[in-house]
Amino acid sequence: MTRVRLPFDWRGFAVPVCLLIAAELAIVLSGYNGASVARPSDIAGGAVEALLDGSMLKATRETLISAGAGLLIGGGIGLVMGVLLGLFPVMYWLFEVPLEAIRPIPSVALIPIVLLIFGLGHWMEISLVAKTSLWPMFFLTHAAVRGVKPRLLEVAKLLRMGLVERVRKIVLPAAAPGIFVGFRLSMGAAMIVAVTVEIAANPLGLGYAMMEAQERLRPDLAFAYLFWVGLVGWGINAGILALQRRLFRVPAQGAAGP
Amino acid sequence: MKARRLVWLGLSFVFAAAIIVAWQLISNFGLVSPIFLPPPSRAWNALVFNIERGSLLPYVLLTLQHMFYGWLIASFLGVAIGSLIGVSPAVRAYLAPMLEFFRPLPASALFPIAIAIFGLTENMLLVVIGFGALWPTLLATVNGFATVKPRLEEVSRLLGMSRRKFIFSVALPNAMPEALAGMRLSLTIALILSVTGEILSGSDGLGRWVMLQARGFRTPDLFAGVLLFGVIGYLSAQIVTYLERRLLRWRATP
Repeated sequence: MTRVRLPFDWRGFAVPVCLLIAAELAIVLSGYNGASVARPSDIAGGAVEALLDGSMLKATRETLISAGAGLLIGGGIGLVMGVLLGLFPVMYWLFEVPLEAIRPIPSVALIPIVLLIFGLGHWMEISLVAKTSLWPMFFLTHAAVRGVKPRLLEVAKLLRMGLVERVRKIVLPAAAPGIFVGFRLSMGAAMIVAVTVEIAANPLGLGYAMMEAQERLRPDLAFAYLFWVGLVGWGINAGILALQRRLFRVPAQGAAGP
Repeated sequence: MKARRLVWLGLSFVFAAAIIVAWQLISNFGLVSPIFLPPPSRAWNALVFNIERGSLLPYVLLTLQHMFYGWLIASFLGVAIGSLIGVSPAVRAYLAPMLEFFRPLPASALFPIAIAIFGLTENMLLVVIGFGALWPTLLATVNGFATVKPRLEEVSRLLGMSRRKFIFSVALPNAMPEALAGMRLSLTIALILSVTGEILSGSDGLGRWVMLQARGFRTPDLFAGVLLFGVIGYLSAQIVTYLERRLLRWRATP
């Protein structure tokens, strides 16, 4: 018997499709007419509606601006700190206590403080995204810089390279794969914090769009946004993974997505 | 080497203290409005005052309760469902891709949905914490089951182990290190979701208390509350790491 070979493993799609059909049937057959959940077909309709009138793309842009700017600032600080503290262990030892004191504070617990400082809007969100996305970048950069072969650093010393030149020509290229993993983790954290802040406080972006849909008793829209948030997060992660494989030709770890 | 390390740790504490002193000086000289950045002395006084008056600890306990019960639900369900999925490669092939889709999803995105279903209730909060913090543990458990060495499976078959015995004495212990690492992540998420939920739903707890201080511009109290969050985050992570080490003592250290 010849088996038809599909380009993907169909089994991963079977369950979600069946679940969607079951949900649709259950809601239709029970005659449910409340505002808590919506039929999958209505959710699809809601998604199309929000996509066509541009509100979904506008919300996506707002979330991505906050997440991206926060990632640039936080990831940038994390990168610089990771390189410096990786090259000079003494500095790492010195900074250990203050860093470990700040790190365990959950970003959402800082919402009231940044609200007082920045008010509502992009900046309070950006500051919290920066605070969160700093850590994966810092830790992985630090580990990667510590892992640069001592011989390479000796060569740099022999060539009498200055600090900037040493970092640019030796350390960063050697540590690049680890730094990239940090970047991917930071990006994931950035999206999560951005949406969370929008749900909890900030009237912007995808998170707020979900809250608003719920308040307007539009569960179809709320679910559509939920799936969209998942899709955007998944897409960004898949894109960075593909880039990572292209750049470094290493098997990706902790790959998300089928 | 060890002595040197200790000296540096001491210096690091001194450095942290210097930062706090600098912050105090900045506030004393009025360089930053105390509404944004209260001097640490006042934040500390607010902390001591609120604890002595008994107006803070009940809220801390409520938040700890939210976090702990939610985490317990998440851990239990995560290991149980993870085991069920992980034990069979076929079930894994059907379910794993769908579960992976949930991994990057912000757990807080469940709030709007859950609020619509359960309303602004304590139960809603627990459902979101339990469900949202579930994924790291569940996925880690599935992964732990998937990495049972084929040789171990052969050995247990040769020994005539029943399927049940195999699961409980080979597969589950094999998955334990990963499951515990997942549970540590779940705890962090449970804390974040507790705070978010308290801010959103008005359930009493430290998250709501902190938000109320901010609304009343009582910044020293606000900073005192945030400081407590740092303590909760630090201690809970330490406790789980300790448990992890205790529970995995049987494992040959790599």
